[in-house]
Amino acid sequence: MGPISRGFRRRRQDPAGSAGRVPPGQYVTKDFPVLSAGPTPPTALDRWSFSVGRGGQQKTWSWAEFRALPSQDVTVDIHCVTRWSKLDTAWQGVSVDMLLDLAGHDGPFAMAHCDGGYTTNLPVADLTGGKAWVAYAYDGQPLAPEHGGPARLLVPHLYFWKSAKWVRSLELRDTNEPGFWENYGYHIYGDPWREQRYAGD
Amino acid sequence: MAGTALRGRLTWQVAKVAAVADETASVRTITLDVPDWPGHRAGQHLDIRLTDEDGYVAERSYSVASAPGEPVAITVERLDDGEVSPYLTDELRAGDDLELRGPIGGYFVWEPGDGGPLLLLAGGSGIVPLRSILRHRERTGSTVPVRLLYSSRTLDDVIYRVEFDMAASGVEVVHTLTRHQPPGWAGYARRVDAALLAEVAWPAAGTPLAYVCGPTSFVEAVSQALVQDGYPPQRVKTERFGATGGT
Amino acid sequence: MEAVDGNAIGGLLLEVFGTEMTDAPSVCVSCGDARQVAELVVYLRGPGTVVRCRSCGSVLMVFVTIHDRTCVDLMGLAVLG
Repeated sequence: MGPISRGFRRRRQDPAGSAGRVPPGQYVTKDFPVLSAGPTPPTALDRWSFSVGRGGQQKTWSWAEFRALPSQDVTVDIHCVTRWSKLDTAWQGVSVDMLLDLAGHDGPFAMAHCDGGYTTNLPVADLTGGKAWVAYAYDGQPLAPEHGGPARLLVPHLYFWKSAKWVRSLELRDTNEPGFWENYGYHIYGDPWREQRYAGD
Repeated sequence: MAGTALRGRLTWQVAKVAAVADETASVRTITLDVPDWPGHRAGQHLDIRLTDEDGYVAERSYSVASAPGEPVAITVERLDDGEVSPYLTDELRAGDDLELRGPIGGYFVWEPGDGGPLLLLAGGSGIVPLRSILRHRERTGSTVPVRLLYSSRTLDDVIYRVEFDMAASGVEVVHTLTRHQPPGWAGYARRVDAALLAEVAWPAAGTPLAYVCGPTSFVEAVSQALVQDGYPPQRVKTERFGATGGT
Repeated sequence: MEAVDGNAIGGLLLEVFGTEMTDAPSVCVSCGDARQVAELVVYLRGPGTVVRCRSCGSVLMVFVTIHDRTCVDLMGLAVLG
């Protein structure tokens, strides 16, 4: 470890009302940082689709069909592995429970595939039971492209790299294969409350 | 490669802050005493590493503001939501340790032998490495003609303003103030666009060499316009800071 | 944050390769675009650093530093240095 930088403190805001809501090693931000591994993909809504399934068996929705599905308004805290947390974020989207039911598919694991090639893996148990959505609005507005619009996965109980931006499909699988960051050493599961940032944590 | 002699170049070392000096309300120049500094080239940068009591580490890159041969200095702009920059501009003081790595950079560098005429284009704190180039040019007695086009929000945001007002011979400085201009301002008052560039840039036919530094959007717009104006891409060197500069 | 360029990873490359790399030539394995490392598109501050081809956007390099070890993936490069 290098010399301590006199007077330097990492951000560690702990605003009133956040007790117990901030996982270890995180700080609370009022911003909504944009972190990406690539450029914002320009997906036209008339070419957007979302699919759930495995192999040749996919249930696919167009944008119009997707927006016609019953949606939920949820307010959740989100936690990024780069240490910022944002409390009380308001989203609108379709619950993954509903999408899996409509698709009639199951599987122990899923891989999210996104425009731009990003992937992330999750157990289906963490996508169901009211724990995950495909969200298309944030803070009452259509989800901005830099934040994952037209739609992103929203899985707030796990580190936010699992809430894949620009999501286009959930591929159901029998095995838990690592996605993009997981391949490079990030934790296969990613529970912020057990501080599972990296493999082996 | 010889071991000890090059350690200062390839690994982190601890420097001492020799002095701090405010350039503007949000910009400060930090002069450093670097024990194993191997010398640097105009346009290079160094990496800074801060460590807090819990072992949390933050790293950022800053261009070297001084010319080769002058004491090592960096110029830092405070970004309000930055994690590192407010510490460097507001807290750090003479006598403090500062861990750094460098010098770094073999692309965005200039030596008198590289010739010109030189076109330097700065967006905000993108001026820092270009100032190193200008000072190097003067210290070496180079007569390569230079035009500096420097975009700032307001006159109060212009870094090294007095230095540029007294620019050396052969150096033309053109300012544009994009957000607010003082009464009577006769200079450019808008973001750099193709028309502004066409009035200021050296004609492409004269094999000019351009260095563009600043936020990514500034660098993209300016470098594309230069190439469209006939500058060969390999004669337009770019250094992008990203929307939030060096934070 | 917005993308930056290969200048921003000069220190990282110096540490990983032991030499100055920003002026090193690179060639994209997907489209053949050839340019110096300094001009590649770089995404910082995420879980890792991702370097992409300025022409076709393919991922050229990924750097992930975990507990002082840096994992380097150069899968997208046909040539580096």
